[in-house]
Amino acid sequence: MATPVPNTWCPGCGNFGILMALKNALLELGLSREETVLVSGIGCHGKMTNYVNTCNLHGIHGRTLPAATGIALANPDLTVICHAGDSDCYDEGWEHFTPTLRRNIDMTLIVHDNMVLGLTTGQATSTSQEGFLSRSTPHGVIVPPLNPIAHAIVSGGTFVARGFAGDPKHLQRLIVEAVKHRGFGYIDVFQPCVTFNYLNTYQWFKERVYKLEETGHDATDRWKALEKSFEWGDKIPIGIFYREDRPTYRDNLPHIKGRPLTGLDLSTTDISGLLKDFM
Amino acid sequence: MEIDDFSVMIGGEAGDGISRSGLVLAKTFLRGGLHIFGTNDYQSLIRGGHNFYILRVGREEVYSQGDFSDILIAFNDDTISRHEGDLVSGGGIIYDGEISKIALRRSDLKRYTVPLNRIVEELKGRTIMRNTVALGALVGLLNYDLALLNQVIKDSFEPKVADLNIAAAERGYKYAKENYSGFDYQLGKQEPKQKIVITGNEAVGLGAIKAGCKFYAAYPMTPLTGLLQFMAENERNHEMIVLQAEGEIAAINMVVGASYAGVRAMTGTSGGGFCLMTEGLGLAGMTEMPVVIVLGQRPGPSTGLPTYGAQGDLRFVVHASQGEFPRIVVAPGDVEQCFYETMRAFNLAEKYQLPVIILADKYGLESYCEADPFDLHRIGIERGDLIMSEYHGEEEYERYGIMETGISPRAVPSTKGAIVRANSDEHDEYGYTTEEPGLTNTMNEKRFKKLSLLLKELDGIESTKLYGPKSAEATILSWGSTKGPIREAMKILEARGITANFLQILYLEPFPTGAVRRVLDGAKKTVVVENNVTSQLLSLIKEKLLRDVDHSILKYDGRPFNPGDLSKRIEEAI
Repeated sequence: MATPVPNTWCPGCGNFGILMALKNALLELGLSREETVLVSGIGCHGKMTNYVNTCNLHGIHGRTLPAATGIALANPDLTVICHAGDSDCYDEGWEHFTPTLRRNIDMTLIVHDNMVLGLTTGQATSTSQEGFLSRSTPHGVIVPPLNPIAHAIVSGGTFVARGFAGDPKHLQRLIVEAVKHRGFGYIDVFQPCVTFNYLNTYQWFKERVYKLEETGHDATDRWKALEKSFEWGDKIPIGIFYREDRPTYRDNLPHIKGRPLTGLDLSTTDISGLLKDFM
Repeated sequence: MEIDDFSVMIGGEAGDGISRSGLVLAKTFLRGGLHIFGTNDYQSLIRGGHNFYILRVGREEVYSQGDFSDILIAFNDDTISRHEGDLVSGGGIIYDGEISKIALRRSDLKRYTVPLNRIVEELKGRTIMRNTVALGALVGLLNYDLALLNQVIKDSFEPKVADLNIAAAERGYKYAKENYSGFDYQLGKQEPKQKIVITGNEAVGLGAIKAGCKFYAAYPMTPLTGLLQFMAENERNHEMIVLQAEGEIAAINMVVGASYAGVRAMTGTSGGGFCLMTEGLGLAGMTEMPVVIVLGQRPGPSTGLPTYGAQGDLRFVVHASQGEFPRIVVAPGDVEQCFYETMRAFNLAEKYQLPVIILADKYGLESYCEADPFDLHRIGIERGDLIMSEYHGEEEYERYGIMETGISPRAVPSTKGAIVRANSDEHDEYGYTTEEPGLTNTMNEKRFKKLSLLLKELDGIESTKLYGPKSAEATILSWGSTKGPIREAMKILEARGITANFLQILYLEPFPTGAVRRVLDGAKKTVVVENNVTSQLLSLIKEKLLRDVDHSILKYDGRPFNPGDLSKRIEEAI
């Protein structure tokens, strides 16, 4: 699963926990490397594709979801796992978030949410906490943070979860469940940035996070899930907020069903009937 | 008296069914063995405003609208006052005399009033059926074959609607016959040949489907909305996925993803949407992903004239996106080229693993042209060095392996034995990120190395096309949809005793320098014709050949060149 590329994340980076959880999840799922595709955007998280020895597409900032959508629709036999950063997915690429949830594309999205832009050396993102001091907000962030979990639930998400890079075993479970989920599996992952986020540290998260599954949360109840998604402060839930079975985008295309479009014989396309319409 | 060249203009408000009437009439004459060209002019609104359609009919092939029309069918007085001046001397107007309050300015025009509204009311039809009554009246005035019109109506509408429309056409025909002695000019019939009437959008769509395009993602934008709709209509019959994306950025990235997975994929947009796609275009360039992008130009900058045409994006597409990477830009000039070059675009994209831009415009994409039924075997499917099921190499697979041609064997995910890594960062042979200077040079050179093989292939496929005699007093150089009006202008010049030839530059990037030089070397007076302000083709010629031409004839009001006007300007220029 490892690649020869030396890892350049800061020592202690939350990404290590996500990388470990992902690798273990892939091993647990027993997926073939040739049929697994990781898609990543731009940012520290984007280096994932250099560090995991599966097929991958390292795309451009904010555009992981549409690129992954193209892959997953073209060939449903592939397991497509999309990695994005918080600014990648929730700022630059925000326009793709709700359409992808609504379409229920059969793939997984893991957002490395460190509430800061790391690779550009520390600016605020839409999940930065109010008052957060960064190099682009020297007087503190003056707008409230985005609530991506709530957005995902109201936008037709069929698998909405949150993990914590400081608990890779738990995260591994979530990734396995998300990949197995028929439809769009979405996990926001708290990923401490040890260099640029002085506020949301391992310690900060550890003191607050608790597991939804240990509280008897009913993940099929959309209203309960939405209520939980607004819980923030001293206690912050992780785990699966919401899941439902809903036909995927491809399920609603009866003419191709589960068939990949990649193996079709292109030389036999017959348009002679179509041509007659123009006579 | 029989004439061999006739033009009818149909005008009214948006929602009057003008474009549809034009198409019905075009098919009617086509089935009578005549040749047609139809083009529409409409504004960016849904109801009201002013729309018109010009249908030109000829005994010989016609390539564009003419400068003037013989008959105007007007559904309101606004149309008459706008277009009275566009009629030939002795021309006629078909309109509803019971409704119209207009006093014609010209006395040389024939008035053919037909109670369009009353007839529709008597038939208990919808108001829009006025246009069928008018078509019937036109066929009557021209002593043409009503059965042909009726048959086209029958083929174009649901049975119930068709019956009502046939009744309307018959009433119009009868009214014209009973009240008027017929228009001075009559159209003869010829032995019909099997022809199609098709727009550029539809021809591109057909070409894409035939080429095995399995994934089309786009966001609606004039003049490419027609292509999205055409692809969507055919999605389920041709094993495709046609997806209306949340925007052009999404569309191009989806297409890159689908192409990475191994399917032929395309998107279409206009200049504004292409602006949004440019970063994704660079992604395709860097990852060497075959993608096909159709760009329908309209006048800019910015929103410009949304429903009109232009050729202002040439330099933009040649350079769009940051950095440098090879790309192909092809500008079809008619519906045949729309079909065949779209098919070829998919082959070139896959063989050379790069983006291909089909650069068209509103006039070329939305005008109705006749063509011989497309030859479905002329262009085969060539997918290049593609590995789909199993990789047999002894060494680990290298997506960006350095080959003599610059083209690396392209495996797709799920190929046994191959891990396929595509990377927007500069990368090594395996697709891993690199910032190493030597590899950066190697990879840049690798990507551009593909050009030498590509240029060889383009040399063999008419990347330029010369029309007219080899030697002529005037040599016209142009690209894209100006081809039709230029070929018509050449007819006029010929009649005036001026010989002209025309070099259509079909492939603009990589630029066919040698072919253009050969023609310029043998030319007397040279004229570039373009629908833009700054003569962008000329600037490319200057850049690539380090030489000038004698004149640029430019038009940038959103409207196509009219052949008469163009021929005059050419004559003045030489």
